[in-house]
Amino acid sequence: MFVELNNLLNTTPDRAEQGKLTLLCDAKTDGSFLVHHFLSFYLKANCKVCFVALFQSFSHYNIVGQKLGVNLTVARERGQLVFLEGLKSSVDVFFQTQEEPHPLQFLREANAGNLKPLFEFVREALKPVDSGEARWTYPVLLVDDLSVLLSLGMGAVAVLDFIHYCRATVCWELKGNMVILVHDSGDVEDEENDILLNGVSHQSHLILRAEGLATGFCRDVHGQLRILWRRPSQPTAQRDQSLTYQYKIQDKSVSFFAKGMSPAVL
Amino acid sequence: VTLSEGARAGIGRELGMLDSLLSFGGLVLLRDSVEWEGRSLLKALVKKSALCGEQVHILGCEVSEEEFREGFDSDINNRLVYHDFFRDPLNWSKTEEALPGGPLGALRAICKRTDPGPITIALDSLSWLLLHLPCTTLCQALHAVSHQDSCPGDSFPVGKVSVLGLLHEELHGPGPVGALSSLAQTEVTLGGTKGQASAHILCRRPRQRPTDQTQWFSIFPDFSLDLQEGPSVESQPYSDPHIPPVSKNARAGTRKCSLGSGQRGENKSCRGWGWGGF
Repeated sequence: MFVELNNLLNTTPDRAEQGKLTLLCDAKTDGSFLVHHFLSFYLKANCKVCFVALFQSFSHYNIVGQKLGVNLTVARERGQLVFLEGLKSSVDVFFQTQEEPHPLQFLREANAGNLKPLFEFVREALKPVDSGEARWTYPVLLVDDLSVLLSLGMGAVAVLDFIHYCRATVCWELKGNMVILVHDSGDVEDEENDILLNGVSHQSHLILRAEGLATGFCRDVHGQLRILWRRPSQPTAQRDQSLTYQYKIQDKSVSFFAKGMSPAVL
Repeated sequence: VTLSEGARAGIGRELGMLDSLLSFGGLVLLRDSVEWEGRSLLKALVKKSALCGEQVHILGCEVSEEEFREGFDSDINNRLVYHDFFRDPLNWSKTEEALPGGPLGALRAICKRTDPGPITIALDSLSWLLLHLPCTTLCQALHAVSHQDSCPGDSFPVGKVSVLGLLHEELHGPGPVGALSSLAQTEVTLGGTKGQASAHILCRRPRQRPTDQTQWFSIFPDFSLDLQEGPSVESQPYSDPHIPPVSKNARAGTRKCSLGSGQRGENKSCRGWGWGGF
C-alpha cells in the first residue's frame, strides 16, 4: 500500500472505516495503482477479501502485490483471499455442465438479465464462517474493473443492480467495505458507461479519480488524483469535500504533491 | 446600514422559500448531482414534515433503513413509516419477505389510506424507480398520487399529499427528466461553490406565474435547515417554456418583465457540476 495515499485519506489499516463503498475511476490514464493499493491495504488489515479480477491475471496482481508487501498466493492458500480470475474463468464457463452454477454464467446465456450468480459467488465467498473465533476483521469486495461487464454484454442497470446487492450484503449486512474500479472512456456516445459510472458514484462514500494531465505526457508527473468525499455520516455546515493532487508512480511507491509542486519542477 | 421593515419582511419571505417547499403539496423534485448530494436535504424536508405532525412514508430503495433514520431523534423516527426496497428490491432471495407489488404497489397502498390527514411521501430515490420502471408508468403513478385521483371510487376525503422525489440528474436523458419536471409543482436543483451548498428553486403554483430563486443553505447534524442569505437574487417571474408566448399587443406592456427575466441566467449558474466539473 502507499503510505502517502493513506495520509491523504487520513486512514490506516488498523483504523479504517467500515461499511463504505469506494469508487476508483480512471480517465485518460491507468488507475490500476489504486487497485493494487487497496488490495494490499485490506490484506494487511487482516480482512477477508473477495477480488473479482476481470482485467488482469492472478500472476500480474501477485507480482505487483509482492512489491507492496503482500503475497496473494499465501493469502489465497490460507483462505484470506478469494480470487475470481475473470480471464481464466470466462473460458472455463464453456466447459462446465450447464447444471453447475458459475459466477460468469451470463456469458453463455443469450439474454442474461442479471448478475445474480456473480452476486451469489461474492456472498458465499464473504459470508462469515461458523468457527469459535473470528479469524478476519471484516469482509471486503474488490472489483477490477466493472466496465468490463458492459463490454461482455451486460446492461448498465443490471451491473448497478449487482453493485446494489453487493452493497446491501457486504456494506450493510456484514459491515464490510467495497472498492470498485470503473473506467471512464471519455466517449460521449458511451451512454451505458456514463450511467454505470454516475450510478456507482451516487452510491459511493469516497471517489478517487485518476486523470491524465491535460497537457499530455510528463516524465515527472504521471497524472492527477481527485478525491471526493460523499455521503458523510453527519452533514456539516462547511467542509472541504474535494482535494486534488498530482502524483508520480515509482517502482514500489507513489508520491503525491500539490499541483505544480513536483520536486522535479521546484 | 439598517434594513427597512419592508426589506426585512421581504428577506424573511425569500429565506422561507426553501423552508416552505411542502406547504402546497404535489410533487417536489430534488435534483442532485455527484458533487452535490441531495439526500441530506431530503432528510431535512422529511424531518420538517414530521415536526408538522404529518405522517411520512419513505420508499427506501438506495440506502438501508438504519442509514436513512440516522441523525433523527426518536420523536421523528416514530413518525416515519419506512418501506424497505433496499435489502432485496428484485426478490433475488426468493423469500416471502419481499413487499408485494413493488414500490408502485406500496405507493398505491399508501394512497388507499383512510386517514384524511396530510401526508408526505419521500421517494429515495426517483432515479432508482426510473431505472427499473417504464417512464410512462412511473409518471402516471406520480400524477395520480400527487393529484389525489389514484383511488377511483374511494369515498374517503384525503388531505394534502406531498411527494418528495430525489433525482440524480446525470443518470437520465432529457426526455424522462423533462417528463418528471412537467409533473412537478416545485423543482429544487442542488449546487454550490467553495463548499457552500445552494438550492435553485422553481415553483409553479396554480393561477400564478412561476417563480424561481436561489437559496444558500446548510444542514445541521440533526438535519435542521440553516438558511443563509449569501449571494441570493430576489424572487422574480420565471419564463416557463411551456407557457405560450404573449400576443404582439401585450408584448409592449411586458417589455419590462422580459428585461427582468434576462437575469435568469445568473440564477441558473448555481447548478451542480456533476462529472463535467469534478
